[in-house]
Amino acid sequence: MDGVTKAGRGASSRPARLPGLRRALAPLPWLAPSLLLVGAVVLWPVVEMVRTSLLDISSSGTTLGGAGTSNYTDLFDEPDLWPVLGRTLLWVAGVVVAATVLSLALGQLLHARFPGRRAVRWAVIVPWAASVLMTALIWRWMLDNDSGVINRVLLDLGVLDKPVNWLAHPAQALLWMMGVAVFVTLPFTSFVILAGLQSIPDDVYEAARVDGASAWTTYFRITLPLLRPSLLIGTIVNVINVFNNFPIIWSMTQGGPGHATDITTTFTYKIAFFDKHVGESAAMAVVNFLLILLMVLLYLRAVRRPGARA
Amino acid sequence: MNKRFRVALLAGVGWLVALFFLLPYVEMLLTALKPERELTRSPGGYLPSHWQWSNFTDVWSAAPLLTNLRVSLIVAGGATALTLACALPAAYYAARNRFQGRGAFLLLVLVTQMFAPTALVIGVYREMVALNLTDTLEALILVNAAFNLPFCVWILHGSFSAVPKELEEAAFLDGAGRIGALFRVTLPVSLPGVVTAVVYTFITAWNEYIVALTVSVSDNRKPLTVAVPSFVTQYQEHWQYLFATSLIAIVPVVLLFALVERYLIGGLTAGSVK
Repeated sequence: MDGVTKAGRGASSRPARLPGLRRALAPLPWLAPSLLLVGAVVLWPVVEMVRTSLLDISSSGTTLGGAGTSNYTDLFDEPDLWPVLGRTLLWVAGVVVAATVLSLALGQLLHARFPGRRAVRWAVIVPWAASVLMTALIWRWMLDNDSGVINRVLLDLGVLDKPVNWLAHPAQALLWMMGVAVFVTLPFTSFVILAGLQSIPDDVYEAARVDGASAWTTYFRITLPLLRPSLLIGTIVNVINVFNNFPIIWSMTQGGPGHATDITTTFTYKIAFFDKHVGESAAMAVVNFLLILLMVLLYLRAVRRPGARA
Repeated sequence: MNKRFRVALLAGVGWLVALFFLLPYVEMLLTALKPERELTRSPGGYLPSHWQWSNFTDVWSAAPLLTNLRVSLIVAGGATALTLACALPAAYYAARNRFQGRGAFLLLVLVTQMFAPTALVIGVYREMVALNLTDTLEALILVNAAFNLPFCVWILHGSFSAVPKELEEAAFLDGAGRIGALFRVTLPVSLPGVVTAVVYTFITAWNEYIVALTVSVSDNRKPLTVAVPSFVTQYQEHWQYLFATSLIAIVPVVLLFALVERYLIGGLTAGSVK
């Protein structure tokens, strides 16, 4: 957070003349609206979630009293919990790794000079700006068993001899949904990498050329190491976003059949609003939240590294 | 490799990549222009046999679309205004002053940026029930404003810090006053940051799904994202209307997004990558 402290250093000297308490309270009018909003709508739900996970709440929403840890034992007794957690891990790792590798290539392409580059960049941001839900819906329609264009193309090419109901089989459905998640993750990731590439000074490449380094060596010895901060931040933001993804699975399979394509977010939602077991779903959300918190801590450690500018 | 060949190859690959990213939305348009009977045909056709442009006009009466559109506009506009009203003073103060708790404040901003509504939706829902705010637009405005606040504070803080203090002081000495200097000098100079914050918040709120799905009950309080999937249920399938509506929702925000694309990355990566 170097830049941050530096910016404030030369700041107004007026607060220094105020006596202790007034000085301590001086920032309050400026910060209060932000603090109130975050406190009321981000921190309150966190507390409320933890509280709910310890309450016994009937399916109609009436609080019947404390539940101790029974919501948590109920949750860990769910036969679907461990498969869902495993699938979430697979979902996050698969999508983030695929998106990162593809983005390295895509970022490089967007960085290269060619006619129409501006238009290509605009095309790439479309899935980023568009609602993820609506993008997932068009993929669901393209994968439709009867009328979907993907079956039509594969039939016309002779790859298939009869239509496949892609989203009816859990393994296939999960792979396609991971593909859609990669599709919507690529724009952000490749733009982060593009920004990283743009920050590498030309003379570094000049020096490599003078030394007679091959394109391959230049990429692995110079470009990739210098992209490290971009890759780090991009990856962590992606891990959190992909982990928290809901609309793709919700709109394409609704986590079904059964819980066969659920990840933690859709699983939590179903426990709360289908099974009407709010306490247990809050317990699931707390577990989910702890996993995210772990990632946030990793993120903070990453941005505070001496090497990373913040 | 011949330089001209290289450029041609890059352009070729580039245009193919562009096509790949656009194809799903082209299919969206083609589906939106098909007559309903063509949508149940198996296998489906590529192009509409009859280009049914009237789908785009009929859709307004097939569902209370105008209402949903208005809800989306109010929620996204309201959230953007509220976020900006909270973020502007905080970001400005933190950029211009050193005070106790400044580091803690910026850290809080950074940490909240990592929280998504999805992770907290159960807590948000319980809170809205407790506050008697379920099925209201206020709830959606509050939630969208709060979850976008960190991004706004961060990007505005970055832009304000980049404005030289001397510039502001010059205006101050010219008798503009502190607020006058802010509005006449600092804001115009940091306009790209402000516009980025505004546009990004608006689009994120416009596209928000899970909280609206949970909190909105009445049809006339549902934003577009929640209304759109109801064109295809177990009782009815109107894919042409679903995608006509989707395009109505997508096209304006894509254009807005293209406007701020170049300023976004710095803010989204919390200033860690320049």
